[in-house]
Amino acid sequence: MEYEVVIGLEVHVQLKTKTKAFCGCSTEFGKEPNSQACPVCLGFPGSLPVLNKVALDYALRVALALSCQVQECTKFDRKNYFYPDLPKNYQISQYDLPLSMNGFLDIYIEGKAKHIDIRRVHLEEDAGKLIHRDEASLVDFNRTGIPLLEIVSEPQLNSSQEAYEYLTTLKNIIEYLDVSDCDMEKGSLRCDANISLKKKGVQELGTKTELKNMNSFKAVKDALEFEIERQTELLGDGEPIIQETRLWDEKEAQTVSMRTKEEAHDYRYFPEPDLTPFIISQDKIEEIKKAIPELPREKMLRFMRDYGLSEYDAKILVSSRKDAEYAENLITAYPNEDKKPMANWLIGPLASLASASNISISEVKIPGGGREFINLVNFAEEGKISLLVAKSVLAESVTSQKLASEIIQEKNLFQISDAETLDNIIEEVIKENAKSVNDYKTGKGNALMFLVGQAMKKSQGKANPRVAQEILKKYLEKIS
Amino acid sequence: MERELYKLTAHKLIEKLNKEEITSQEALNSLKNRIKEIDSRVRAYVRVEESIKLANSPTRQLANILNGIPISIKDNICTEGLNTECCSKILEGFKPPYDATVIKKLKEAGATILEAKTNMDEFAFGSSTENSFFGPTHNPWDLECVPGGSSGGSAAAVAAEEAIFALGSDTGGSIRQPAAFCGVVGLKPTYGRVSRYGLIAFASSLDQIGPITKDVKDCAILMNVISGHDPCDSTSANIEVPDYTKSLHNDIKGIKIGIPKEYFIEGLDLEVKTIAEEAIDKLKDLGAAYKQVSLPHTEYAVPVYYIIATAEAGSNLARFDGVQYGYRNTQYLPAGRQGAIRNTQTLIDMYKQTRGEGFGEEAKRRIILGTFVLSHGYYDAYYLRALKVRTLIKQDFDEIFKECDCIVTPTSPTPAFKIGEKAADPLKMYLSDIYTISANLSGIPAISIPCGFTRKGLPIGLQILAKPFDEEMLFRVAYAYEQNTPWHTMKPKL
Repeated sequence: MEYEVVIGLEVHVQLKTKTKAFCGCSTEFGKEPNSQACPVCLGFPGSLPVLNKVALDYALRVALALSCQVQECTKFDRKNYFYPDLPKNYQISQYDLPLSMNGFLDIYIEGKAKHIDIRRVHLEEDAGKLIHRDEASLVDFNRTGIPLLEIVSEPQLNSSQEAYEYLTTLKNIIEYLDVSDCDMEKGSLRCDANISLKKKGVQELGTKTELKNMNSFKAVKDALEFEIERQTELLGDGEPIIQETRLWDEKEAQTVSMRTKEEAHDYRYFPEPDLTPFIISQDKIEEIKKAIPELPREKMLRFMRDYGLSEYDAKILVSSRKDAEYAENLITAYPNEDKKPMANWLIGPLASLASASNISISEVKIPGGGREFINLVNFAEEGKISLLVAKSVLAESVTSQKLASEIIQEKNLFQISDAETLDNIIEEVIKENAKSVNDYKTGKGNALMFLVGQAMKKSQGKANPRVAQEILKKYLEKIS
Repeated sequence: MERELYKLTAHKLIEKLNKEEITSQEALNSLKNRIKEIDSRVRAYVRVEESIKLANSPTRQLANILNGIPISIKDNICTEGLNTECCSKILEGFKPPYDATVIKKLKEAGATILEAKTNMDEFAFGSSTENSFFGPTHNPWDLECVPGGSSGGSAAAVAAEEAIFALGSDTGGSIRQPAAFCGVVGLKPTYGRVSRYGLIAFASSLDQIGPITKDVKDCAILMNVISGHDPCDSTSANIEVPDYTKSLHNDIKGIKIGIPKEYFIEGLDLEVKTIAEEAIDKLKDLGAAYKQVSLPHTEYAVPVYYIIATAEAGSNLARFDGVQYGYRNTQYLPAGRQGAIRNTQTLIDMYKQTRGEGFGEEAKRRIILGTFVLSHGYYDAYYLRALKVRTLIKQDFDEIFKECDCIVTPTSPTPAFKIGEKAADPLKMYLSDIYTISANLSGIPAISIPCGFTRKGLPIGLQILAKPFDEEMLFRVAYAYEQNTPWHTMKPKL
């Protein structure tokens, strides 16, 4: 492609403070419409905003985690426009002296780091929700006034894949900071994209379009890809790109024009006179910095270093902070020096169980807790039970809420590794599977694994597959 | 006896109530009868018919200063369950679901909130109370004249003795100028001294609620009740409230008064000038020293004000759109199902109809002006520049207060003008605020007290300004002047 893609992302994150940005109303999601509203967030005449300090703390946490420079003196501004979901017909936001600026985020594409500058992180209030019905439009003001963090990247992303990585990395970090649920379905994370194309080698940026209404990270990726194609085609035909806002239509899988630049709003920003400018002290910054936990990338590198995990495995483990901490507890408690087996169990069987029930690994209820789980893993490692059996025991233990050790005892699931017992089983297997034996003799390699499988079947999965295979081979050699 | 209770000051009534010579019900009845008797001529109150019918009984609580005394409230201060409409069509029928902080404080002090609110220029836009949706209020001293504005209703009610005392609001002089035109006392507190929570905003960085009273002592009593930090108002000052009545000791020996030369120039009515100078001489006789000072940026005060105030007002009034409360053109009411808002175009139509029909002329003028000065390409030249000059104006005062305890000026360049006289010329109307506006721009406190009458019998007001949070100085000087002059005892013949 002769064109270079230039993408900038604007992410809005709802902060999970207990109360709204400028009043004491609850921010709980999914409540009865207009049950969480008061004169202040409804913009009633005479009402005045008062800043929620926790919202400020949360905002600072994100700003500092993204290595932004925090503005010593900052203020709020009014962004003026008319819409029914905005009761005052202005939004309290930040314009020229935002909370923080000039940070960055590193994303990793195929192991290579790419540095993405972050222009600014600022605080503002959310609007309400409009629900359109046939006869009328209805407004729910529960969401009005919930604190939002706006995170604006520089236009340094050059593909839809990079945009996707940026979003997942950003979400990961914010989750770790415990300031938002980052749930696109619930609207606690929203993303708008700006995209333009320019000829390779040219400095000047092309005309950009703004994309909105993407409800998942995948939708962002799809929308960007559609837009890249659309713009490429237009440019190829010699057509100009119109600077406009386009909405992503999920059903039709296309972007549709919403408004052109001429109709764009003049927001007439001016300093919010109801809120005084304020100073963020060095002490406050230090206090917040100290409270920032180990972030995903650092944790991943540490897991790799301290527990000998591969980047791939470590990355999976740190994708959720709660799970990462849960996993680390188990890994450190695991008695062996080689932690890989425990890591594999966490990433493999436990993760499968968790995703089947749509929960996280730390939420899986293992009777006997971590101790019992470690024992189970040990048993499998020491060969006392086969891996296959161990996996099914775990599943059963979670379902029946019976201790794994009990299940193993009751069903006598100990692995059969002694040659004598195995001999008998193998003898039978060979007798009953003459065809397969023949196949093996005639060079069909699969036949061996089939016979091992039969041995496993016969022993109710208890046979030690490695030993069984050796014994089978011995017997098969003897047969002419 | 009861018949004449309405004539008394609040402090006199408190004295009698404490001695149990009268009951608060008697005081209230006396006032309501007075209102029934004369308000049809003065028109200080709005929506008075419905409310006077209500027999509201005063609440008498233990340990409260105001003892059930009725207080009259300007129509832009929110009172729970009582219509608060800013004398505008666009807020017709609006009953706030909450009390303004000053109302809460008044109730806690035992005051009875009169249900009838006082008349005002719509949204406080005006200097004559001619911009009210309900028609003008008449000056009790000459019914053909305006009472001043925008708190004209409150000032006229107090002057006509159909209010014991009242609250008004002051953004560019809206308490002081009507107080001067009506021959009563009006005080604008330091910005942040009194909570704005519940005051329907005109210009957020300029507005203050303040007392309008028959004499200086009532003013001090009322200031004691309404002042103080409010956690619901981020711009309210966390500074202790002194007992303002302690400043009423009739002694101003050694007080240094500054007389700004820029306030005594062309445009100042000759009678006003003469009377103001006589008042200043009186202060000298009482022991004050005076010197001429300069406030060099005075000439910029009015344009700076009309840029900043309208910018803030335009934004503050954006919420009046017919969506949640107040007036909405019936075409767009859901009950009728006709013309329901189906798309952005009908939404815009609804906004335009509602605001076009709901707002009066002056309101529209100021909203458009305010929108213009903030708009893309003009912000730097107008709004930003005005903010900078505002700082210069404030610095002028800071300089003076290094050497002077207070500044004295006439409150208004003219006495009350005839109804309709300036209405056709908005700029002429704006210039009547010339002496009061700077105090709002600088945030300093200022009081207007009666200091004489023109030959035609119209009151003249004297304005005293002090440094931030020094209302005590205002009370000290005002009280000394008042107690040594007869003006506060004179009442209009109605």
